Amino acid sequence: MQKPGYYGQWGGAFIPEVLFETFQELNAAFTAAKADPSFWQEYVDLMATYSCRATPLTHAANLSKHFGGAQIFIKREDLNHTGAHKANNVMGQGLLVKKMGKKRVIAETGAGQHGVATATMAAKFGLECTIYMGEEDVMRQRPNVFWMEKLGATVVPVTSGSKTLKDAINEAFRDWVTRMDDTHYVMGTVCGPHPFPEMVAWFQSIIGKEAHKQILKQFGSLPARVYACVGGGSNAMGIFQGFLDHPQVELIGVEAGGHGIDSGQHAARLASKDASAGVAQGYHTMFLQNSDGQMMDTHSVAAGLDYVGVSPILTDLWDQGRVRFEAATDKEVMAALELTMKREGIIPALESSHAFVQAYKEAGDMKKDEALIINMSGRGDKDIFTIAHAFNDPSWKAFIIKKGAEYAA
Amino acid sequence: MQLEQLIRAELAKPEKDILLMTHIVLGYPSLEVNREVIRQMVENGVELIEMQIPFSEPMADGPTIVRANQEALEAGTTVKECLAFAEEMCREHATSFLFMTYYNILYKYGVEAFFKKAKDVGIKGFIIPDLPPEEGEEFWRMAAQYDIAPILIYAPTSTEDRMRKLAASAKGFIYCVARKGVTGTHTDFDSSFNEYMARCRKNTTLPLAVGFGISCRDDITFLTGKADIGVIGTATINLVDQKGPEAVGPFIAGLR
Ligand SMILES: Cc1ncc(COP(=O)(O)O)c(C=O)c1O
Repeated sequence: MQKPGYYGQWGGAFIPEVLFETFQELNAAFTAAKADPSFWQEYVDLMATYSCRATPLTHAANLSKHFGGAQIFIKREDLNHTGAHKANNVMGQGLLVKKMGKKRVIAETGAGQHGVATATMAAKFGLECTIYMGEEDVMRQRPNVFWMEKLGATVVPVTSGSKTLKDAINEAFRDWVTRMDDTHYVMGTVCGPHPFPEMVAWFQSIIGKEAHKQILKQFGSLPARVYACVGGGSNAMGIFQGFLDHPQVELIGVEAGGHGIDSGQHAARLASKDASAGVAQGYHTMFLQNSDGQMMDTHSVAAGLDYVGVSPILTDLWDQGRVRFEAATDKEVMAALELTMKREGIIPALESSHAFVQAYKEAGDMKKDEALIINMSGRGDKDIFTIAHAFNDPSWKAFIIKKGAEYAA
Repeated sequence: MQLEQLIRAELAKPEKDILLMTHIVLGYPSLEVNREVIRQMVENGVELIEMQIPFSEPMADGPTIVRANQEALEAGTTVKECLAFAEEMCREHATSFLFMTYYNILYKYGVEAFFKKAKDVGIKGFIIPDLPPEEGEEFWRMAAQYDIAPILIYAPTSTEDRMRKLAASAKGFIYCVARKGVTGTHTDFDSSFNEYMARCRKNTTLPLAVGFGISCRDDITFLTGKADIGVIGTATINLVDQKGPEAVGPFIAGLR
């Protein structure tokens, strides 16, 4: 029998002993919730009334015509409350926190979307909230830092290591081993020690459940391909679960190609040859690491994809050949973003734009009576500084200079 | 001799009420300074030394040791150098040396190859804070095969059931974490500590080491009679940072 928390050889729970009882408690609470249909119903009701579920599936008619191939559908996780799929997982864990009776939540965040979602949940449920965020990400996702603080959370910039997502995860664990009695760690993606991958995948499966029904209703048959960007892998696992049991649906995970797969400056774990098996941050997966087992510095224009590891569930699906992995470069991402805005009036997050890149590369070669779905994991508003900078936008720059002068005065 | 026997032999000496285990991060600030610090520790009677092989993700460590890990790696410290250094230390000194590191270092090196090398070098035990007995099946097999003691950790949050389960997999001694949290912050011992130590004793026959936030003679005096080994970690790193390696000898000499 497969050990619990393992997907093939991947996963596990490599946790410090001090957290053993905390994980026992969490496993018990999660197992009970999963077995209780009324818990899932409570979750779906909450997401329908507080967030915007079911999120729509949009037929991108202009883009479909533009590429002249497959019918392009976009699953609109950007329309979730707080602007990304992260809210699905966070509200679900929030309900679990209430069942466990904890008073405080902590979380890591890269793009800040998971941090904003957690701060929002904490405000709604009356919990204390601390968010750990790499110093580099604090700089590049400043609007989200502002909102987290306004929502009442304490944002702690993390200055150790590479000052990005993995370092924020380490810091969150250090907090948790100190205050596990009253605190729950809301892990933001399908990574880390068991039961987090299973739990986050379960909450995110709501995306795939909806998308499956929607495509049948709107298009009349299953899609030929489904695309999702992969940081830790939660939005990808979310939508993939709706189609995993249908081998005719090809699943494509798109990782951060950064400055290019051969540049050494990327975060492509499964799409490049640079990763190897390892154990870190509490789980066994493919990591971007050197021959000594030290994690490498990764690069992506998208903070949420800039991570050394990847979900053990996805690594197993990759092992089995069920999910194909590709990478999109920073440059390709900007071009896809611009095209999506101009043709469809939709602004995807930099993370989500990675999935659009790969879909656009393939759409033209597909048949007109085939459909593809792009999981748009979030909206691009949070990236306004990065995108404006990348486009070297003159009127935005003039505005910032003016504002700067005003504040300096 | 096995680690537990070595510890018992030391404890049997009439002048020894408590043993000392110190900690260093290899490559921080440099192997040269490590060499001098270890010499001073040994000359002043430290019985056990845990040498931490730096890792980029030291999840269970506090700010001082995190920074030491990071700077050691930035200075280019490799696993190979750490192993060569360990070989030199085990040859030079009769003290018992242990490796402390995270599981990925062994995993990437090859678990069996790492055990074989450590055995050849003369390492007596491993402290791997992110490897519970439920994980790393190969590690536990190799520990038995190569007769290197896997040191397991008790925490104030550990139930008696859990303590017994850990004791069944552990050898050498048990490392009792004095409080919740990470390394580095000072521990204020209160009445619940005695009750915790009693629970630890009741659930293992192995010697007990106590660490996390032990930094001065008062702490060691307090632990004497309760624990078999006092562990000094962050305190000597801070000392070397502030006063240089030559301050270590007098500090150790003044602990008991
Ligand atoms: C909008 C958006 N998409 C994707 C991701 C990547 O995470 P995951 O791979 O877990 O979906 C993030 C993470 O911060 C995000 O904010």
